[in-house]
Amino acid sequence: MAGRDNFPLLMELGAPGRRAYLLPELDVPGKSLEELIPGEYLRSEPALLPELSEVEVVRHFVGLSRRNHGVDVGFYPLGSCTMKYNPKVNEDLALYPGFASLHPYQPQETVQGALQLMYELEHYLCEIAGLARATLAPAAGAHGELTGLMLIKAYHESRGEGFRDEIIIPDSAHGTNPASAAMCGYKVVEVASNERGSVCVDALREVVGAKTAGLMLTNPNTLGLFEEDILTISQIVHEAGGLLYYDGANANAILGKCRPGDMGFDVVHFNLHKTFSTPHGGGGPGSGPIAVKADLVPFLPVPVVEKRENADEFYLDYNRPQSIGKVKGFYGNFLVMVRAYAYIRSMGPEGLRQVSEDAVLAANYLMAKLKSAYDLPYDRICKHEFVLSAKRQKANGVTARDIAKRLLDYGMHAPTVYFPLIVEEALMIEPTETETKASLDEFIEVMLEIAREAESSPETLKKAPHNTVVGRLDETLAARHPVVRWQGRQDTEDKTRDE
Amino acid sequence: MGYPYLPLTPEERRKMLSDIGVESVDDLFADIPREIKLQKNLHLPQPLAESELIRHVQQLGDRNVSLDTHVSFLGAGVYQHLVPRAVHHLANRAEFLTAYTPYQAEISQGVLQATFEYQTLICNLTGMEVANASMYDGATALAEAALMAMNITGSSRVVALESIHPDYREVVETYLKTVGAELVVLPTDTGRADLKDLKPYVGKDTAAVLVQQPNFFGLLEPVGEIGALLEDVPTLFVVCANPISLGILQPPGAYGADIVVGDGQPLGNPPAFGGPSFGFMAAKEKYIRRMPGRIVGETRDDAGNRGFVLTLQTREQHIRRHRATSNICTNSAHSALIGTIYLAMLGRKGLREVASQCVQKAHYTAELITALPGWELLFEGPYFHEFAVRAPVHWSKVQAALLDEEIIGGLPLAAVYPYRSEWENALLFCVTEARTVSEIQHLVQVLEEVK
Amino acid sequence: MKVPADLKYTKSHEWTKVTDDGIIVGITDYAQSEMGDIVFADLPQVGAEYKKGESMAVIESVKAVSDIYAPVGGTIIEVNEALVDSPELINEDCYGEGWLLKLSPHSQAELDELLSPEEYEELLENEG
Repeated sequence: MAGRDNFPLLMELGAPGRRAYLLPELDVPGKSLEELIPGEYLRSEPALLPELSEVEVVRHFVGLSRRNHGVDVGFYPLGSCTMKYNPKVNEDLALYPGFASLHPYQPQETVQGALQLMYELEHYLCEIAGLARATLAPAAGAHGELTGLMLIKAYHESRGEGFRDEIIIPDSAHGTNPASAAMCGYKVVEVASNERGSVCVDALREVVGAKTAGLMLTNPNTLGLFEEDILTISQIVHEAGGLLYYDGANANAILGKCRPGDMGFDVVHFNLHKTFSTPHGGGGPGSGPIAVKADLVPFLPVPVVEKRENADEFYLDYNRPQSIGKVKGFYGNFLVMVRAYAYIRSMGPEGLRQVSEDAVLAANYLMAKLKSAYDLPYDRICKHEFVLSAKRQKANGVTARDIAKRLLDYGMHAPTVYFPLIVEEALMIEPTETETKASLDEFIEVMLEIAREAESSPETLKKAPHNTVVGRLDETLAARHPVVRWQGRQDTEDKTRDE
Repeated sequence: MGYPYLPLTPEERRKMLSDIGVESVDDLFADIPREIKLQKNLHLPQPLAESELIRHVQQLGDRNVSLDTHVSFLGAGVYQHLVPRAVHHLANRAEFLTAYTPYQAEISQGVLQATFEYQTLICNLTGMEVANASMYDGATALAEAALMAMNITGSSRVVALESIHPDYREVVETYLKTVGAELVVLPTDTGRADLKDLKPYVGKDTAAVLVQQPNFFGLLEPVGEIGALLEDVPTLFVVCANPISLGILQPPGAYGADIVVGDGQPLGNPPAFGGPSFGFMAAKEKYIRRMPGRIVGETRDDAGNRGFVLTLQTREQHIRRHRATSNICTNSAHSALIGTIYLAMLGRKGLREVASQCVQKAHYTAELITALPGWELLFEGPYFHEFAVRAPVHWSKVQAALLDEEIIGGLPLAAVYPYRSEWENALLFCVTEARTVSEIQHLVQVLEEVK
Repeated sequence: MKVPADLKYTKSHEWTKVTDDGIIVGITDYAQSEMGDIVFADLPQVGAEYKKGESMAVIESVKAVSDIYAPVGGTIIEVNEALVDSPELINEDCYGEGWLLKLSPHSQAELDELLSPEEYEELLENEG
């Protein structure tokens, strides 16, 4: 690892007049801009963009890439994020001109292959979910949640039950669940978990009622535990007139093993960038399709991809009077769909089941090997992930954050920390099915070593990481005095030096 | 049966099961109630080997007509520009592509610094003080800007011009409808804003006025006058801008915008059948804590080295939950990275030239088309790189004749403004720097001959 | 944890100090240490009115958000502007320069319901 330094910013590089790309000469008769556009609309100064040569740009971004960890670099057990390997062939397929170079407004007869791919992907996802139809429009899991809740709202309103204004959410839920409910105008009612880490059925009975619009649930939940009472839960919610929403962030545990639709869920989102292996790109783009029961199909966002009867012809259907409308520009994140489609076609039904079996096996293996060294708040068979607590280490002043930072020194990404909120000093570990046993064993060794270090040399952990391109970064400074753009070398340095 | 992405061998699985202390993998799924345990295989096609997969998926791709084989004059929100080859090579570095959100800053400096650079470039382009790390796309960014304005002002009415991209308008409408907010759409009979119509809505009851610049028809809205109208009132000025146009057009910050959003696809991202692209959002500094989405900030490590972290996270869903500024989590980081590298490659002069060539070529094309008998511009007024023309024949004949000659576009307005019968035979053409003079002349020749 | 004897307290860890022209409100030593490094204080407008128990301000650390509830009903007459640039004052001097706001109480009766230092210390023992 290179020594610690200040890696220059793009804006600190280059020289006036330098260029990295040349356009062809203008080949139509040129006029002055002012002749074509009134001066009041034109900017007086050029936008402040860098002036670099091509080699400078290349070295800069290659340099930045080397300052970043990814699944292709090493182990990435970030709980709830399903950081599995992203097959290379799928990248090539997504860049195939027949997909990447399509304009969304081309005549539909010129995009039949794209529509067919969307139609087939939709039906694969419906089969995996055990539901009737789906929309591929949402751009991410949270966007799927918002869309799904809009469907639930439209459904209740169509039945004259617009008074249902409460969404029930377990205390272990992802933050996106309550945030999506609020964005949809719902009140959030929290339901507690029981001592087994599952939704407390009695507590649920207490909170359901005439105002219940629905329940949002992740299954397996954010502790990595299967909600064993799911059938009772769905019965309670349905009897109260509510619908069930499945947060698919953890669907990697159940492919081909069980289906949300069979559990009683009415609306399901999948994260194609988690379960279906599309790369997360440092934060997106993802894709969050939602599948629904037949009752909710009329409300799906427009357009829906349909197939003409008795013809190998597909079309975009906008004529859906009960639709909630559009939720995204055009048709969704199409190139993400291409990758997920390719993944499903390369795995097949037994392969997908093997994915979940191996993901669950890997998680249970890590859990079995680590529970002696760390507290395990819920000691039962887990699904694709599990949650440890660093409570024991905290006695020596070592927090979950310190453990996370120390893992970075060993070339591994850290687990998700401080989530779910109901576990003190939580470390949420999701190995995925794409790791070798050797890499799982290496992680076990490192975690055991860190537990020993927490006893013998806690200061090493508290000051970690030691081997990264920068040391532990001061988040308090960043939040107290936000500097969110570069304003000149002198300016920013002065601002932060004052601290 | 082996799968290339599943490395565990049967022997390793047995060993792991035995270390866990269970007999079989079924024991690990014993917590799934018997009634819902799937007893048969999912009804999905059998797996394909890589070479078969490539053949199959490319066959689907070959059922499409692509902009690589056909010449396109389509715009309307998705634009074909020349993209330096280096953009693809750099953005697709595995360390960028296969990273999650940069939650562990010390091993994510690549993504974090690139995002900080992105935020800086977006601020510089738009003339605003702060920018977030990206949104899903232009349409949802505009919807989030409307919600943000409602949150800031406490008003629940939003005014949008009809000349905004119809998809964007519909997405805003969907978002607002669900929380019972009111969206007023002001008709633009002349293709642009009429300040007379806007005036009555300005004030404390309106959270924001949404304006697209250049608008859906390619026309330049009177943003200076709108900015002046909104200067000292609670109503916020939200501008949805095309980032390429900002190579030559006034930055929205210069005419008083409070929030600027837009779609970043034109910055080096492929048309991709409409997605993924990225939405950008920039604002005045005083609104930073009301912004949705991630924000990267500069800080220091314990030895004083500069570094970057996700900051102001208390705005976000994982901390503030139902009181967050938005539910957004995953955004479009990689598409925004493509945009950043594109801007670095094009640079100060390059972006200006791209924008300028777009204007030149679009105006040249419009001149040739409107010189044809029966063809006329639908609207008067200055425009950037798109223009709507009324055809002397039905639009479907134009489209068919163009397709015969391997030309795609323009977009029939009837497809997106079905209720505007007076625009029925109009087509929206876009001409970027990627089109050559011979392609333009070919287009005009086909139009001349269509009957 | 410091619990000054001349102040009154709430169960939600605000302190109050009665002065001639109003009641000064801040958060206790316990509250600031639980929050960790405070990075932002979102204070109300002068003139805003709150009922007892309503949220009137929000304090943020890097990873947590905490509401500040009105210890008694009242009208805001002053807020601590120094916190805009230096929210760390709340950590450094929570009973002094890190005060949050001053309000004019609506009723005397509610003041009597506040916790004495002894009662507050007892509360802390039970929470700890």
